[in-house]
Amino acid sequence: MDFKLFDLSIIEYAFFITAVLVILIGLYGVLVKKTLIKIVIGLSVLDAGINLLLISVGYLKEGTAPIFSPALLKGMPLTMDNIRKLSEGMVDPVPQALVLTAIVIGFGVIAVALSLVIRLYRHHHTLNIDEIKNLKW
Amino acid sequence: MRKIVVISLLAVFGVYLLEVLFKLDFGHQFFLNGVKDFYLTNSPEKLNVANVVTSIVVNFRGFDTLGEVTVLFLATTAMSSILYKERHQLGERAVLFSSSRIVMTGSKLLFPAIILLGVYVFIHGHLTPGGGFQGGVIIATGFLLMLLAYKDYRVSHMALSIVESSAGIIFASVGLLGMLNGGTFLENFLPTGTMNNLLSGGVIPIIYIAVGLKVGAELTGLIYTALNEKD
Amino acid sequence: MIIYVILLFFLLILMIGAAIYSIVQRDLLYAVIGTGVISLILSVLFLLLQAPDVALTEAAIGVALTTIIFIITIRNTVRFEKDSDQPIKPVSK
Repeated sequence: MDFKLFDLSIIEYAFFITAVLVILIGLYGVLVKKTLIKIVIGLSVLDAGINLLLISVGYLKEGTAPIFSPALLKGMPLTMDNIRKLSEGMVDPVPQALVLTAIVIGFGVIAVALSLVIRLYRHHHTLNIDEIKNLKW
Repeated sequence: MRKIVVISLLAVFGVYLLEVLFKLDFGHQFFLNGVKDFYLTNSPEKLNVANVVTSIVVNFRGFDTLGEVTVLFLATTAMSSILYKERHQLGERAVLFSSSRIVMTGSKLLFPAIILLGVYVFIHGHLTPGGGFQGGVIIATGFLLMLLAYKDYRVSHMALSIVESSAGIIFASVGLLGMLNGGTFLENFLPTGTMNNLLSGGVIPIIYIAVGLKVGAELTGLIYTALNEKD
Repeated sequence: MIIYVILLFFLLILMIGAAIYSIVQRDLLYAVIGTGVISLILSVLFLLLQAPDVALTEAAIGVALTTIIFIITIRNTVRFEKDSDQPIKPVSK
């Protein structure tokens, strides 16, 4: 069920609008804030927004998950026509394989960045980037 | 002043991005049909694997998975070399006291079940949703539960290093064996059985078992290094 | 049915609210919990978009491992963010 507003269907574009808003909030956190841990939190929010945008591009209306499970086959023999008919209604599997890698690497980046933050705090005893730029050595 | 400039720049960027996205229909097939149909029809016919995402990650684009496992290994090494301490400077752990009796008993009972769930998820990676990365992260979560509940729970570094290194060697040598059989790197050379069986899909279960054990050992080592860090 | 549409909108608005809360809050421990809430809602949205592998990975990594790494960092450094509208005094040497 969809209701029209300005000649658009709101339910269809809700995922895109949410993903772009979360990306903009994360970018604001990286560019404006001055505490180092807050910058890394903004980086984590930015990662979540980008992954949501990538997966919601590959969605098909009334689609099913891209797995040929026994419940989906229901005893049909596996001929080429059956496979082609089943794969017409399946969601795109290529963005899911790319996002799987992106989530794990995003976690690796955050782990290394936070260990650098601990080392910087031990050396300068402050976490404000303006004061770190002022204290030379 | 700086905030106003940043907000206006972000608004312009957001308007341009939304304008491009509104031209695409949400939920209709609009790209060229070649890539999606190639993967969805070749996976149950040539490889006899039910999970299409697994066959893309391990077989059709397997070199990217090798690169991702290398990036995780690099992150663990970098983290333990940045937070390096001399042997006489080791302070206390970040967990100073054990939890209450209920948490201690419950974690001791839950820990084998979590490990069993993780091993089940990465062995059946080609039949149900799951795979190597999911199972490895579940195993690391089980070890994290035990590390937080008990004050002096030790995980030996030697065992983690041996498991991680041998799993990496198995992954690379399976790829080289595919090359020795006259094909390309990481090609499928074992016979593929019938679909929806446990022993189907050639080398795909072997590679995913190696990836699952390696990711589990790496993330456990990362958490253990970070927890032993206190001034 | 209209009840499903309302629940979906509720989840999306909650995600935007948790993102704003994480960036604006000064107590860093509460901001980290906001990051965990974002990962939880994201995992449910991945399941609604018919992607079960990605939902498993995001639920395990985003909720358990990222939160514990942040909390260990907060324990070894400061907890509260200082006021950001004080002028920075130059170091007088």
